[in-house]
Amino acid sequence: MEFQAVVMAAGGGSRMTDLTSSIPKPLLPVGNRPLLWYPLNLLERAGFEEVIVITRKEIQKMLSLDTKMKLDFVYISDNVDMGTADSLRHIHQKIKTDVLVLSCDLITDVDLYKVVDLFRTHDATLSMLMKKAPEPTEVAPGQKGKKKPVEQRDFIGVDDTGKRLLFMANEADLDEELVIKRSILQKHPRMHIRTGLMDAHLYCLKKYVVDFLVENRTITSLRSELIPHLVRKQFSSPTSLQQGLDNKEEGRKKKEQASLDIYSFIKEDNSLLKPAPDNSCWNDHRGDMNETLHEGKVRCYVHIMKEGLCCRVNTLALYIEANRQVPKLLLNLGLEEPLVHGTAQITDRGMVGSDSIIGSSTQIGEKTSIKHSIIGSACTIKDKVKITNCIIMNSVTIEEGCCLQGSVICNNAVIEKGADIKDCLIGSDQRLETKGK
Amino acid sequence: MVTLTFWPLESSTSSTTSSVGICCVSCREKGLAAGIGSPAPSATHSGSGGPSRIIPARQLLPTCWALRRKLLKVSLPPSVGSCRTGMEAEQGEELVGKARGPTSTFTCSAAPQCLHPDRAPCAHGWLWFPCGWGSQGVHLCWSREREGAGDRGAALAALCIAGRRSGNDASYYQSAARNTETECCKLSTAGGRGQRWARVAAGRQPGQCHRGTKQGKRPRAAAPRLPACMYFSSCSLRCSTSAGGPELSREEKLQLRKEKKQQKKKKRNEKGTAAEPPEPGTAADPAQPRVTPHPASPPASANAPNDGEKPPGGKSKAELRAERRAKQEAERAQKQAKKAELGQGAAPAKPRLTPTEAPSVVKRLPEHVQVDDPAAQRKLAKKLERQQVPLRQDYGTKVNLFSHLHQYSRKKPLTQQMSIPSTVIHPAVVRLGLQYSQGIINGSNARCIALLEVFKQLIRDYSTPPNEELSRDLVAKLKPHISFLNQCRPLSVSMGNAIKFLKKEISCLPDTLREEEAKEKLQGTIDNYLREKIVLAAEAISKSAFEKINDNDVILVYGCSSLVNRTLCDAHTQTDRTFRVIVVDSRPRLEGRETLRRLVRHGIHCTYVMINAISYVLPEVSKVLLGAHALLANGSVMSRVGTSQIALVSKAYNVPVLVCCETYKFCERVQTDSFVSNELDDPDDLIVQRKGQAQLGGWAENKSLRLLNLVYDVTPPDLVDLVITDLGMIPCTSVPVVLRVKNVDQQ
Repeated sequence: MEFQAVVMAAGGGSRMTDLTSSIPKPLLPVGNRPLLWYPLNLLERAGFEEVIVITRKEIQKMLSLDTKMKLDFVYISDNVDMGTADSLRHIHQKIKTDVLVLSCDLITDVDLYKVVDLFRTHDATLSMLMKKAPEPTEVAPGQKGKKKPVEQRDFIGVDDTGKRLLFMANEADLDEELVIKRSILQKHPRMHIRTGLMDAHLYCLKKYVVDFLVENRTITSLRSELIPHLVRKQFSSPTSLQQGLDNKEEGRKKKEQASLDIYSFIKEDNSLLKPAPDNSCWNDHRGDMNETLHEGKVRCYVHIMKEGLCCRVNTLALYIEANRQVPKLLLNLGLEEPLVHGTAQITDRGMVGSDSIIGSSTQIGEKTSIKHSIIGSACTIKDKVKITNCIIMNSVTIEEGCCLQGSVICNNAVIEKGADIKDCLIGSDQRLETKGK
Repeated sequence: MVTLTFWPLESSTSSTTSSVGICCVSCREKGLAAGIGSPAPSATHSGSGGPSRIIPARQLLPTCWALRRKLLKVSLPPSVGSCRTGMEAEQGEELVGKARGPTSTFTCSAAPQCLHPDRAPCAHGWLWFPCGWGSQGVHLCWSREREGAGDRGAALAALCIAGRRSGNDASYYQSAARNTETECCKLSTAGGRGQRWARVAAGRQPGQCHRGTKQGKRPRAAAPRLPACMYFSSCSLRCSTSAGGPELSREEKLQLRKEKKQQKKKKRNEKGTAAEPPEPGTAADPAQPRVTPHPASPPASANAPNDGEKPPGGKSKAELRAERRAKQEAERAQKQAKKAELGQGAAPAKPRLTPTEAPSVVKRLPEHVQVDDPAAQRKLAKKLERQQVPLRQDYGTKVNLFSHLHQYSRKKPLTQQMSIPSTVIHPAVVRLGLQYSQGIINGSNARCIALLEVFKQLIRDYSTPPNEELSRDLVAKLKPHISFLNQCRPLSVSMGNAIKFLKKEISCLPDTLREEEAKEKLQGTIDNYLREKIVLAAEAISKSAFEKINDNDVILVYGCSSLVNRTLCDAHTQTDRTFRVIVVDSRPRLEGRETLRRLVRHGIHCTYVMINAISYVLPEVSKVLLGAHALLANGSVMSRVGTSQIALVSKAYNVPVLVCCETYKFCERVQTDSFVSNELDDPDDLIVQRKGQAQLGGWAENKSLRLLNLVYDVTPPDLVDLVITDLGMIPCTSVPVVLRVKNVDQQ
């Protein structure tokens, strides 16, 4: 075994409570498939045979996935609020090799080997996936008037090749200015700092990072604590830390939870160029007298996707965006299932747009036009309905003459005759009165 | 002791066959240990027996690649060589060695150089030749008095093994005949080892080879170090190719194949009638030894003096055989005539290769130098599929002369086609392969060290499946890994030698060892190899290279050689001599910068120039110190491209050129130019990025533009004054000697 895959599917979707209040996040339908299906499918395509899924018990009960992979569900109790790092710590006994950690809300068609190869080639501690964040173009329904919480920008520093991750800081942690350690600039005089990159929450981690997590209980989140920590550690020299450690010895007695040094976890088999440091004529840098890779033992790499689909579903806007993108993705995957399910009864086929997805056993009446929309299974849509840019979940009934635009309609909602809905979010089991707007 | 003489068969094609002796230039002043491929194209050499002439070197480019194209016709003149086996035998007598016992498949790797009287390896005159491919060894003894013919004799001895085999297997005979010139050439030039030849002989028919390895005993156990395991069927050796153009047309091939079948049948029939105890069908019993073509000769034990068992009429037998041959020839001619009629109709239909006939000319060429041959590529693809290793696609257009080499793109790694938790290939090997292909592990030594470290890991993680033997199964397990690495980047000579060594060690493991012990032992041997061949060798070289560095020397180095760097650093720190270094560098890799960095770190006074400034700096240079990728058997130095240019200019300025090279990088291959076997790097490396603009960026779209990013070149031996090895300082023409001594040592 080379890698173990871990899918984090226990998150509650705190940034899209409107949707997740009724449906847990991993089960949110995207393109008529639960959100969790996408990362699992990504792994399956890459050739994984076993996946550890960290989730909550009730989610697993509701989940029905058809996959050839062996899924190993690990439950965490509902009451405890566990961060991603906590979850990883929770399952550390199962982890025997390097891990590939994915979040359940990642929808991407990235070639996974690119991320993994970075990890392999450079014998990296961490390699991750990033993508240019999409411009927030559409206004999310139901949020009109509300001020959108501005997403905190990340500052990502990469080297000339664009692969080595040198620096990482979140806007929230910064004051007025960006502080970059001198040691980084000494070793990498050219650094490109980029904003507008979105972290896809896909990480390849060495086994010893997990060991480190187990010991170091202060870290609760991968994204906001562990990764920045690793990135920083690249440039703190282990020797100086060693001295610091001696001083700390006394301090440690006082503080029980002194942060442990990641270096002590790096075993000797961290072997890039180990056997032949003097023999290979490759070097990653020039202009100074230092050894290859500056003898740094922690190395973080990032693969930045230039094209292709990569989105995370963690807000309502992104959820809608993802739904819009998914038909393309599904087509590219070449799945056997057609976009319009076989059991759907559609009287007027011509009116269904090619980029729409319609679930099983859905009945669609005459003169109903459906464009850029996703309609779940067992829905009933009567005559003369116009649906554009909508996401309609399962078992929704839409009466005659409705006009829906840019809306999200949750399970079991009933929309009565003549409703005209635009940019709305309709919760589950809601009933909209006739001619409501 | 009676000598055996070989003489050629008069074949019907002899009229078209130019009679060419495989003759020797045993004196190394002629440039080569063996005559073929001699740089002096006009040199002739008449051996003590029979007329012979040297084939011009150009014509006989010693690699089979060229030979295949030229298809030289070689037939051996009467009694060109003589050799004696340990047994007493009459002329033309078949000698049935002990090793021909129930398990043996002999192969002989004859080493022409070994036979030079000055250099005879063992006092008693017996040579033990290693054969690494599940086959047995052959002892050959040469009559010392006849050294002149000795070389040829050696070649012939090997050939006669081919002949022997041919007796068993007509199809083999055919291909042997067709390819003998390749073999001859290999034999006579390949230096002491001849393992390649052995492989050719042993591995020709996959089935046989398999049989040999499956059922056969340990090679060493089966063939004790006793004389006379040589066996020699028809005293005549046919080395003539079939008549015809430079390449066999498809039609002719088909024809040949038919003949093969015919002959096979015939042989079998003959056997059936002649044999007193008819060998139970060759195909039926895999455990059967290679069947004696002449069953009349009893399977003599090696020790027993043969005289008594000798059948009365050796010569008559030969005559008999000649008769038989003549009949065959006649038949063949007849067939050919028939074929010619049919030919027109049959030609368009693609002849389907049946699996048994598949081994043909192509087989003896290494796959990586015949990318332009679709058949070879298909074979490769098939092999990889069997091993579950993805096939890497070639990238971009290639310069015409190099269309027979692979060219890969770094941007398209092999892992693209593999599942991510790699199932077949060990993760460490995947990582190593990627590091090779991305150029992170670079340099002959570094690659070899990394490879052996990974193999150690592989062996550690290995466990023998039930009902399998470690020694066999492990070799089989290694194979896909090796092909994977080869796909990532063609193996270096150092790696090839290390793999060969490891395979031999594995197959020589005694059965009695438990798995844990065996694994430990293997890891120990790998460690030893690393220490002795690389680390200690480097130490020895740097020690002897000290002597060559004088006070106030100006030393020119090129590229980045770990060995040269080490030598210079050691010389600087351990002696009080002051010297200056000029580091010459070249695009696209600019490895010289790394050299520069390392030297300057040690406080050595350095100058850095690009290779185009070389003639400017050379007047002040007192010595040129170069590293090597490999040293070839003809004394050529294979090294980073640009080396030969430096050597050439140095020669012009009368600056001595010293090459540092460990002996484990010596290679029995012979190459006189850089075309035949080389490596093409990613052509995208040549793209220049300047101010955001990529010059040459769209080279692939431009049909009239091709990029060549060559990795190695070959420096002819006359440009190299001295090679500093772990055995001391030698002229580069002594490579075959070193190889031979190593071979003997290994036994």
